[in-house]
Amino acid sequence: MRLLRRKIVNAVMLGLTALCALFAVGVLMFILGYLAVHGARSLNLNFFTKLPAPVGETGGGMANAILGSAKLLLLATAVGVPIGFLGGVFLAEFASSGFASVVRYVTDLLNGVPSIVMGIFAYTLVVLPQKHFSTLAGGLVLGIMMIPIAVRSSEEFLRGVPLALREGAMALGASKSRSIFTVVIPAAKNGIIAGIMLNIARVAGETAPLIFTAFGNQFWSPGWEQPTASLPVMIYNYAVAPYDDWHQQAWSAGFVLLMLVLSVNIITRVAFTTRGPALR
Amino acid sequence: MAATIAPTTSSARPAGPRKLLQRLRSGDDAAYVVTLAAAVTVLVITALLIFELYKNSALPRQKFGWSFLTSSAWDPVAGEFGALPFIYGTVVTSALALLIAIPLGVGAAIFLAELAPPWISGVLTFLIELLAAVPSVIIGLLGIFVMIPILTSVAPSIQAALGWSPAFSGPFYGVSLFTAGVVLSVMIIPFIISISREVILTVPNDQREAALALGATRWETTWDAVVPFAKKGIAGSIFLALARALGETMAVTMVVGNDPKIHASLMAPGYSIAAVIANQFTEATGELYLSSLIELGLVLFGLTIVINGGARLLVMSTERGEG
Repeated sequence: MRLLRRKIVNAVMLGLTALCALFAVGVLMFILGYLAVHGARSLNLNFFTKLPAPVGETGGGMANAILGSAKLLLLATAVGVPIGFLGGVFLAEFASSGFASVVRYVTDLLNGVPSIVMGIFAYTLVVLPQKHFSTLAGGLVLGIMMIPIAVRSSEEFLRGVPLALREGAMALGASKSRSIFTVVIPAAKNGIIAGIMLNIARVAGETAPLIFTAFGNQFWSPGWEQPTASLPVMIYNYAVAPYDDWHQQAWSAGFVLLMLVLSVNIITRVAFTTRGPALR
Repeated sequence: MAATIAPTTSSARPAGPRKLLQRLRSGDDAAYVVTLAAAVTVLVITALLIFELYKNSALPRQKFGWSFLTSSAWDPVAGEFGALPFIYGTVVTSALALLIAIPLGVGAAIFLAELAPPWISGVLTFLIELLAAVPSVIIGLLGIFVMIPILTSVAPSIQAALGWSPAFSGPFYGVSLFTAGVVLSVMIIPFIISISREVILTVPNDQREAALALGATRWETTWDAVVPFAKKGIAGSIFLALARALGETMAVTMVVGNDPKIHASLMAPGYSIAAVIANQFTEATGELYLSSLIELGLVLFGLTIVINGGARLLVMSTERGEG
């Protein structure tokens, strides 16, 4: 009897924990399905080529927000990737263990800073002295947010390179830096690139830090010194506005953003899956 | 004056400033300096972040002192600023989110790490990683147009059952602390799952084999031998999720109701620190108003940094096997 009871408990708990996992997956499926139905419905070429229509007029698109997001991400990558990657090289190859753990800990703390606080930081750093919102400020804040993850993922993949490769390079007479740049980094290349792709996908959906840095507008935004629209902020503004037409546009924008983010995630995770540390 | 003898090999190191130049040219030291500079940049950014938040929130600190944290007056017109309603809303919505997310998240993590067949676990883990990648503004969008109608339709039955308690009394308008908590739980469940799963996977196999050898079932092995070993790390994942919930902005802003008052009922609208910053920052007129919002940012920063710092230590100590 006792054994039977234990077996029943075993089966029940297996079922319950499986339900928990299925629930999480169900949420994802629901999000995907709902956005596909509501977002794809009104998605057309205009969405990608036209400027937003004024209130009361139907139609229009979000071409300026798509371009704005692209510019912000370009700037963010230019800021975040070099600093993050080189910082990762330092942690994996050069740092003494004491200093490395300090840098690692601070990096993780920086990663945990709420995105809205990062927005305030960029505001005090760029917007306040310049006295106007700008693409520059928005790109900078996204770039800073990319740094911690770029550091940690680069470091992990560099650490995953077998010691034998380094020793081989050194035995052939290469200096330390030469072995790092011609042997170790190329060996970890796939993982590092995958980490960067996921990192870009992550900040592509960031909304909070852009509200008072890149701000947003309904027009094209030439150059880097003017405020610019971006997809996530457009979704937010349109979702909380009281117009049905705008809600519809928000669904379309949400669908486009989700497809971009998820396809980068899926492609990266499938194409770059190698032995080594798990991607985050 | 000028050095007359040029070094013939890189191992010959002349003294003085030329020594530094020479060493940099050899590559190793140059690489060291450049990568060190990048690592130091991370430290500088963090220090600058704290400095800027502190410097720009000086005005309300002088005017209100510590009473900024305990006052519930938020009246931009009269120049009265108190953080309590926002701290309350942030803590309540996060606590509610944890209440929902802990059992679901830890349960799913146990299933994925211990009980599921490897291929099922692989597929589900992949999908849950994707859920974690969904931008919060999209969760908020679904919160407004899907979650609110659903909750509005089930609210009467919840209130019929639990309306006697002050936590569920009062009219329900759709936007509420409760709605925000539910939406927030969706944001942190994948987070708890992925970190807890990783922590459970680091538990040494000896633990499992010993329990199974004594005749324990799979569940008994998991619950009595594996989970206790990983409990510090699981606790760490929960604290990390809490830190994330406290700072989460968009999903909360869109459904919490944005009412800067303290209501005992979860069914009433509220506000959170991140939400008030997102909503009022661009329209803050006057220096005191703006710097009060920045001080709210400093409060939020302090909250998350303390919880995050503790959580990282917990996760690190488990992964080092001190469990």
